[in-house]
Amino acid sequence: MTNVVFWWSSESFWKKTAIWVTAFMFIVLIVLTLDSLPKISVGSEHVPAYSVINHRIGYEFDKTRNIQAPVIGPEAPLFGKKLSEKDAEALVTHGKKVIQGRNCMGCHTLLGNGSYFAPDLTKSWLDPGWGSEGIREELMLDFLLNPTDNARSFGSDRTMPNLHLTEREAKAVIAYLKWMSSIDTNGFPYNFPVIEQEALQ
Amino acid sequence: MNSISLNGGQKLAIKYFSVAVALFVAQILFGLLSGIQYLAPGFLHGVLDFNITRTVHINAMVVWLLYGFIGSVYWLLEEESQTEISGLWLGNAAFWVLTSAVAVVVVVFLLVQTGPGDDFTRWFVNEGREYIEAPRWADIGIVVCLSIFLYNVAATFNKGRWSGIAGVLTLDLVALAGIYLAGMFYTTNISVDQYWWWWVIHLWVEATWEVLVGCIMAWGLMKTLKVDRKIVTTWLYIEVALMFGSGILGLGHHYFWIGTPEYWLSIGGFFSALEPVPLVAMVVHAVYDSGVRHMKSSNNPAFAWLIAHAFGNFFGAGVWGFMHTLPQINLYTHGTQWSASHGHLAFFGAYATIVIAMFYIAAQYARGKQQLGDDLPDRGWKWKWALGLLNLGVVGMTVALLISGYEQSFIERAQEGSTWYGYFAAQVHPWFIQGMEWRMVFGSVTAIGIVLLVWDLFTIGKQKAIKVKAGIVQT
Repeated sequence: MTNVVFWWSSESFWKKTAIWVTAFMFIVLIVLTLDSLPKISVGSEHVPAYSVINHRIGYEFDKTRNIQAPVIGPEAPLFGKKLSEKDAEALVTHGKKVIQGRNCMGCHTLLGNGSYFAPDLTKSWLDPGWGSEGIREELMLDFLLNPTDNARSFGSDRTMPNLHLTEREAKAVIAYLKWMSSIDTNGFPYNFPVIEQEALQ
Repeated sequence: MNSISLNGGQKLAIKYFSVAVALFVAQILFGLLSGIQYLAPGFLHGVLDFNITRTVHINAMVVWLLYGFIGSVYWLLEEESQTEISGLWLGNAAFWVLTSAVAVVVVVFLLVQTGPGDDFTRWFVNEGREYIEAPRWADIGIVVCLSIFLYNVAATFNKGRWSGIAGVLTLDLVALAGIYLAGMFYTTNISVDQYWWWWVIHLWVEATWEVLVGCIMAWGLMKTLKVDRKIVTTWLYIEVALMFGSGILGLGHHYFWIGTPEYWLSIGGFFSALEPVPLVAMVVHAVYDSGVRHMKSSNNPAFAWLIAHAFGNFFGAGVWGFMHTLPQINLYTHGTQWSASHGHLAFFGAYATIVIAMFYIAAQYARGKQQLGDDLPDRGWKWKWALGLLNLGVVGMTVALLISGYEQSFIERAQEGSTWYGYFAAQVHPWFIQGMEWRMVFGSVTAIGIVLLVWDLFTIGKQKAIKVKAGIVQT
């Protein structure tokens, strides 16, 4: 056996390749991150401002993109109370902190990420299971305050444990879910039937 | 345990490995509890709910693997650098700090569980973000301990000798520690939250961890099969090029549906589809070297687990990941049991296996540098059965979860459009439940496997070591 080492199988060639490839890919990732972050900041096209909770939200088929996309409709304030941008942010922020504090992701998925023991919450605000627009807020509130007795498990024995949310916390969670439903998720979930509600235009 | 012949790093490694084994057992235990809760939802309802059992299940896994990796690096550090570890006392102190922190976090998870929606909860109880649920104070502790570990590694190589493996390992650990910082901040904006959260999860699991196990594999092949350093180093560079070449932008497959721009569909789909390529290279490398050395190993259990790693990594991370990585399929599989199926085989195949191989290398040396070959007194039935049962158990769970995942994709996602009704329609379907039942069966097989594994790790080579001491047999 000869000891000829071809350039393409030499240690030094692959060492240089490893360094260059890694550096190049990392730089591309940084550039893409710098491009993506403004596009997902609050108030951007994909991620609406928190005051979107003052409006009716839809999820309609977009013919040009060939996917469903969120549509922001006329005013429909959450719990009948229109909030300033600052108050809306405070409420949604409280909601997010409740969701993290109660470890909701330990059972649910948000934007499809989390655990698979309970339904995805991405478009839960728009879920037809809440009956109709008129009773949705009340049903969501009742459910969150006492999920075991007001279980919405559609024939399954799996019920949400009572996480002892205060009414303030439950309303904040609902605000968070309403805001999250307005995020443009490139058509995820697919073919989602939206709750019965008044026209968006 | 006779550990007189071990160097300082190896003695510290044994400590890390011991905690790792304990957490591995905890992982399986809480996995069993979570599995039961799928079949009997009333089980521990309101006492130890699924969100807690599952959190402990996955966090125990992340931490025991991390302990296994840190232990592995300490194990090989003095040999690879050919000098004594710089600041070993600091490394020992970090071990105790980290272990105390882990114990406190677990106790708080189990007893306090959750808290109100304020900053205190996030700092001291539960951060509520999958895989990195540990509260913020613990994050800071982890970063401090990882920095000490990094100092031990870099300073030791610097004092002794830099090899190819040393260079890759050190740079990889810098990246690993740095990336963790991306998960240590709060934002209300869930799109930005998940953007950075994936930097931690993906760039750890699908990039820096893979390269880290590449280093351990390179060293392990030299150790168990006496493969040439030049060959393993060249392969390591090839793996790094392919791994980071595909894995860094492969991150994009987590950016399909979190609010990010549409171009991630193409970038994520393309690069993540390439992610199995380096794993093929690893299999080729391991199998080729084994063939060349006629499978003659000085440590049969470690060698068997290294081969299990090569194939497990390829199938679990590579094939099972590829199956649902393209956005056209992922639209229906994202957030279903497909992910659980992939997660089980990938974490086990890519990481648990190689850490177990390192456990066996440690057991071999801790009991007097003996051969763990064919002549073990009990023919090595325990390690063979542990290997068989653990692999069978995890593969069985993977297939069972995949069947449930298929059913969920069709019924919940495609047919019902992912509504709550659709979710439960899929969960109560017999096909889904059967998958969960089989998962429980194979989960139990895995549990039997781990009992045998722990028993074996505590006993393997002990009888032989006694005989060697008495001069009855030679090493």
